[in-house]
Amino acid sequence: MVQDISYVNQKRRLFHSYTFRLALLYAIMFSTSTLIIFYFFYLFTASYMTEQMDNTIQAEIQGLAERYNQEGLNGLTELIAERVNRQQATGNSIYLLTTYRLEPLVGNLDRWPKNAQINDDWLEFKLEINEQTNETHLARAKIFRLPGSYGLLVGRDINQLTEAKRRIIQALTWGLAMMVLLAFLGGLVLSRRTVRKIERINQTAQSIMSGDLSKRVPLTNRNDDFDQVADNLNQMLDRIQALMEDIRRVSDNIAHDLRTPLARLRQHLEEARLQEPASSKSAQNLEQSIREADSLLVTFNALLRIARIEAGQLTTGFTQIDYRTFLEDIVEFYEPLMEDKYQTLETGLDTHILSWGDRDLLFQALANLIENAIKYTPEKGNISLTLTRHVDDVIITISDNGPGIPESEYENVFRRFYRLDQSRTASGNGLGLSMVAAVISMHNGDIALNNNRPGLKIQITLPVTKPSPITKT
Amino acid sequence: MRILIIEDDTATATYIQKGLIEAGHTVDTAARGDDGLALAMGEHYQALIVDRMLPGLDGLSLVSTLREQNNNTPTLILSALGEVDDRVEGLRMGGDDYLTKPFSFSELLARLGALVRRTTTETKATVLQVGELTMDLLGREVKREGQVIDLQPREFRLLEYLMRHSNQIVTRTMLLENVWDYNFDPQTNVIDVHISRLRSKIDKSFSYQLLNTIRGAGYILRESKA
Repeated sequence: MVQDISYVNQKRRLFHSYTFRLALLYAIMFSTSTLIIFYFFYLFTASYMTEQMDNTIQAEIQGLAERYNQEGLNGLTELIAERVNRQQATGNSIYLLTTYRLEPLVGNLDRWPKNAQINDDWLEFKLEINEQTNETHLARAKIFRLPGSYGLLVGRDINQLTEAKRRIIQALTWGLAMMVLLAFLGGLVLSRRTVRKIERINQTAQSIMSGDLSKRVPLTNRNDDFDQVADNLNQMLDRIQALMEDIRRVSDNIAHDLRTPLARLRQHLEEARLQEPASSKSAQNLEQSIREADSLLVTFNALLRIARIEAGQLTTGFTQIDYRTFLEDIVEFYEPLMEDKYQTLETGLDTHILSWGDRDLLFQALANLIENAIKYTPEKGNISLTLTRHVDDVIITISDNGPGIPESEYENVFRRFYRLDQSRTASGNGLGLSMVAAVISMHNGDIALNNNRPGLKIQITLPVTKPSPITKT
Repeated sequence: MRILIIEDDTATATYIQKGLIEAGHTVDTAARGDDGLALAMGEHYQALIVDRMLPGLDGLSLVSTLREQNNNTPTLILSALGEVDDRVEGLRMGGDDYLTKPFSFSELLARLGALVRRTTTETKATVLQVGELTMDLLGREVKREGQVIDLQPREFRLLEYLMRHSNQIVTRTMLLENVWDYNFDPQTNVIDVHISRLRSKIDKSFSYQLLNTIRGAGYILRESKA
């Protein structure tokens, strides 16, 4: 199934490829120019052959004329009879001598041709060869009026010539067809090779986009222009990877350098708190300060965590997850909170789906969503959680019938620190959904918000994956 | 208990040292990884507290070197790197528990207590007892003063963990990691809700409260009235 799709995709990509279009254009241009060459070739060959034929007829006429000049009409008649006899039925020459009323006297033509056409001093007409089969040949001849109004026709059956011309046209047509076919096939082969090379670059780009920055475009050692492009891309990737590592190092350093003083601040507050009697005013102030420091640290940690998830550095935590058990754990964990708000939970968790992912991060993401649903759905509201499988995707939906989110805000809520006006007063740091989005995209999944009329319906789509060699540790 | 702290940040080291001495322990400190390793190999400690980033030798290499030498002193790794994979790596390299900075001292103390108890008294008892509360691990039955208490499977696991760490503070994150087996930060008081449900089952109709909340720290299952 998957192979079929990729096969079709490959085909589609091939015919849409720039190289293929280029090859097609080239084939058309090549065929057109060949057609022109063939046309001139035919034109010159055909006129040469006609000329040869005409020369032969002229030579015959020359011979006849000489005899006529020497021996008069009798000599001419004899010569014609002699020539007709000599060539019998096999020859191509045509002779006819007629009276002034065009009645045949001597020659191998029964009668003066009908429906003849005069073309450049030449008479062209149809020669009946076989009356039963209606077989006719084309003939070409010159006519003369001799003194005494005798008519003379000297010509040739040009069937061989037309046959030769027909053959030439046939040969050229076949040749042209073969050439168009070859040009098309050549274009196909050429563009397939190019598409394959581009495909390799594409695949690398795709695995990089899904987080594996260490991938590089393979080189072929031929040092052609594709290798140069690939080499440049690889150098660019090296640079990006170095920059990403810099960012990671910087954020790790921030984590260490900024969190340490914050931690010390908290330590001092805690020490001070322990020295005060629990009920004193300053103890309460100190406890308040510790809580503030804690929430600062939570926000700070969440930011760093999102940054690191987005940098795709956390795939080492991937394990196999059974989504049904996983969601049952979440339900079990949050059920008491819902019961306290008299909320009812509907679950549709019928299928076991095994996939690969970071269970702690996914738990965090789904916990954030469930906590939101519990927080914003009023008492006695409904919350539902479903798990389904659609081809190669896990689909998890979380819906509630609370106040929901205005549709115009769907895009915004995933932004960091973004909070809807009505939730500003509620606790939270505006990072919960950013974290969810980062975790889902790290798993190559998708999250969509929909109006549940009333309420919010969140749909998460995650691909069912198997462990890849990179994530296996 | 004799404890070694290997930490390059003096403020943190002093803070931990002071707190541990107040709690009645003997404490040595080292500021470099290589010094710490030498001390840990040469002396006999009941527990080690090791920072991940150290000059000389980093914390993870220190722990894995110790383990290669068959030194199994319970070790708590401290780090500002709180990510899940760091944590997994820390535990795989031979650490027994992992604590992210900043931490409250009570969290450190609670984890240290659990760590030492886990390694010294890895009990194979089939019945746990705290005061007149008993848990039969084979029969999956809990009784207080002879009265059977009906518990959900997760409540059973929660109580089991509390009973194994009785008279010892147990923090919310310790419960999340050990009872629910997920490492994450709930933004709500959901753990408190689970605890109060358990409490209503094991304490409500009895003379005194076994399961107590320690403000700002966690919970404790105490054997006697305090």
